[in-house]
Amino acid sequence: MSTETRTPEKAARVRPRWWNRLPVLQQLRQSVGLQRGMLVVGLVITSVFVLVAIFAPFVAPYGYNQLRGPDGLFGAQQPPGPDHLLGTTVGGYDVLSRVIWGAQTALLVILVAIVLSVFIGIALGLLSGYIGGWFDRVTIVIADAIYAFPSLLLAIVAAIVISGGQSSLWGGILAAAISITVVFIPQYLRVVRAEVVRVKSEAFVESARVIGASNRRIMFRHVLRNSTRTLPLVITLNSSEAILTLAGLGFLGFGIEPSAAAEWGYDLNKSLSDVTSGIWWTSIFPGLAIVLVVLGITLVGESLNDLADPRLRARRKPAKTPAQAVAAEKPVAREEMGDVV
Amino acid sequence: MATHDTAVDIRGLRVSFDTDGGTVEAVRGVDLQVAPGEVLAIVGESGSGKTVTSRSILRLLPETATVKGAVLVGGEDVVRLDAARLRQLRGTQAAMIFQEPSTALNPVYTVGWQIAEGLRAHGKYTKKQARERAIDMLRKVGIPEPERRVDDYPHQFSGGQKQRIVIAMALALDASVLIADEPTTALDVTVQAEILDLLRRLRDEYGTAIVLITHNMGVVADLADRVAVMYLGEVVETAPVRELFAAPKHEYTKKLLAAVPRVELVERAAPESAAAEAVVEATGLEIEYPGRLGKKPFRAVHGVDLRIGLGEVVGLVGESGSGKTTIGRAIAGLAPVTGGSLRVLGTEMRGVKEREFRAKRRELGFVFQDPATSFNPLLTIAECVAEPLIVHGLASSAADGRDRVDELLDAVQLGGAYGDRYPHELSGGQRQRASLARALALDPKLLIADEPTSALDVSVQARVLELFEELQERFGFASLFITHDLAVVDRVAHRVVVLHRGEIAEEGPTDRVLGAPQDPYTRRLLASLPVPDPDEQARRREALAALQREAG
Repeated sequence: MSTETRTPEKAARVRPRWWNRLPVLQQLRQSVGLQRGMLVVGLVITSVFVLVAIFAPFVAPYGYNQLRGPDGLFGAQQPPGPDHLLGTTVGGYDVLSRVIWGAQTALLVILVAIVLSVFIGIALGLLSGYIGGWFDRVTIVIADAIYAFPSLLLAIVAAIVISGGQSSLWGGILAAAISITVVFIPQYLRVVRAEVVRVKSEAFVESARVIGASNRRIMFRHVLRNSTRTLPLVITLNSSEAILTLAGLGFLGFGIEPSAAAEWGYDLNKSLSDVTSGIWWTSIFPGLAIVLVVLGITLVGESLNDLADPRLRARRKPAKTPAQAVAAEKPVAREEMGDVV
Repeated sequence: MATHDTAVDIRGLRVSFDTDGGTVEAVRGVDLQVAPGEVLAIVGESGSGKTVTSRSILRLLPETATVKGAVLVGGEDVVRLDAARLRQLRGTQAAMIFQEPSTALNPVYTVGWQIAEGLRAHGKYTKKQARERAIDMLRKVGIPEPERRVDDYPHQFSGGQKQRIVIAMALALDASVLIADEPTTALDVTVQAEILDLLRRLRDEYGTAIVLITHNMGVVADLADRVAVMYLGEVVETAPVRELFAAPKHEYTKKLLAAVPRVELVERAAPESAAAEAVVEATGLEIEYPGRLGKKPFRAVHGVDLRIGLGEVVGLVGESGSGKTTIGRAIAGLAPVTGGSLRVLGTEMRGVKEREFRAKRRELGFVFQDPATSFNPLLTIAECVAEPLIVHGLASSAADGRDRVDELLDAVQLGGAYGDRYPHELSGGQRQRASLARALALDPKLLIADEPTSALDVSVQARVLELFEELQERFGFASLFITHDLAVVDRVAHRVVVLHRGEIAEEGPTDRVLGAPQDPYTRRLLASLPVPDPDEQARRREALAALQREAG
């Protein structure tokens, strides 16, 4: 019976289901109006990109390095037609297939780059913010020095060092990803460090210290989890930057050879001479792919940014329900809704 | 028009906010009138809508607010004014004094410039005229040597002087209505008395109408002519100040007045164990904070002798900057001891290594001032309270220590269901009770409470103090109770230590120090404390003035 008597207390506090508390979905439910529109468009574009990348082998009509079909060679610079919906490139590849397979390369690069830079960046930011002192100063100076470097130049150097001039799928992806990682680590470091420094002086960290908790426990249990709230935003914005850097590398000729994988920047580079001779399909479609993916991810990032800030967030206009009327009556319930009482 | 007998006329005001959780009604149907030369105090707990009501007089509300009803200031309805006219009206008709003077002033401009800025926004002034007017205003609010100080920056003034400057800014354009939102909450009692005097003079000499928002009933008794009590967005009672204190009509008003702590001088003998064993013993304690490059270090505490016996509650009283919090932090090992000796639970704290002290920490609890920030927002209350158990190896996880946690939460009157909530789902008072539970988790010998009730409403404060007394009797821990509020000390402490500028001004049994203070500073401190009784407060005001004349 004792559980029965406690139920009203528990029932009064309905916690949203776990899937509604996931980072992006929660914001989607919260958003209204233009902000919701931006977020939805961004999410649609991004998920189409991810789906295409995952299912590239099934979606693409040909392989990325396929030059001949059952009827022999495709032929170079064929205009769009029934056999090749978006035409063929100067090298004789199918443009549509290259664009689709390119999504896979781009997604892999984003994932590897983000995973590497997030882990290293967070670890360094946590340490330098929490420990402070000379370690902090040295880390920040190095991070600033990397900031000062033109990122594309750095990426080129990294690409040469890593791949040694050779080109393979993973070699190329890793080269691009690692060079992007090097450029991005300082960003994560800065963001996390700033939060850690702020959180470190909060009373709950001091209270953990008074209790006698060890530094490691304070760092991971109390500081780290309270310092990562801006990360989803930085991650989305960095993913779009990662694509641009990859495309830039490919365009400059430090990308992945067409026999190893499809890469939008490389295709753009090769289509340079086509533009003047009126062959538009070889440059438009890879370019469009880059623009759309960057746009989609940036839209997600920007609207997450707006939604995270209570001052920028648009809110639903009064929708009177009995539950809300009750909530307005009870101060505790109001606090639960995030109201500043 | 009714402009002759009312400075502000609020009719049927309703304010609601759009929040993520839907619409919240902060103010529902408030009617209030303020006459010229009258001080109307609006009192109520946090969240009662008193600040929103007062801010709507200047329409200083966030964009998410929806305002209905009418707010007439000088015959014009602020709710319906367009932006240009509203801007003209702000400053010239009604002006605002903010709670925290140090954040209301821009640190990169001189105070003279900031006063002149208001003038320039509403008329043509030459540089010279504006400066003269600024000097004039500074003189009016009692800043010494205004000709010289007009070129000083905000950080060169003390907290009380900054609040005077904020008042000067509000007065620069002869506003007929002043809205003072907790104007003295951030100030010490002695400074508070001066600011209240200044506001009283403004009312008497210039006929300014003042809307005073406060939760301090002593301040109300001292300054207000009429009082409006707000509760959950409604005015539950409006009455002249004497009538309200003598015969409160509404239940809530009665409760509110009963909860106000008063100095009652109860004799409270320290337990016998106190004399035998000391948990804290400081001799000639000095604490310095290193100065910036090339500056002398700042000495926060010097030459303090302090002893806390086993099971004894010592109240540490002082104004801001007196070093009281620093001493508390030094005892908890959060601030380094730079001179003298400080023994806590048998460990010498001067030059102590955290590793050596860590084992002793299970005998030490700490309650922080602000319950809102002293809990990790991502852990439930039960997990937070279980932290000390886990850290000291008494429980392997939060679930493992749950029985003990429930026991503790029961002891602070937070039934088991509260344990599963997150800190932001609790009210301030509930959080501070959970904070007590966490501090007591390891059954400590010594509890340091750093202003545990100053962030709470009076009614909540009364409950927390009651609970503290009860727990102290039950568990018998020794305690250092740090506070600026003499009435609070009177409730809990066996012995009182009064700190003044890092040194002990006076110490002794609570009833002796508060009943018959010897030190002139203690006397001034006691006399500055406003009491919630208008007639007695008037007498005390005279006594304080006499004391100050005496001191010169």
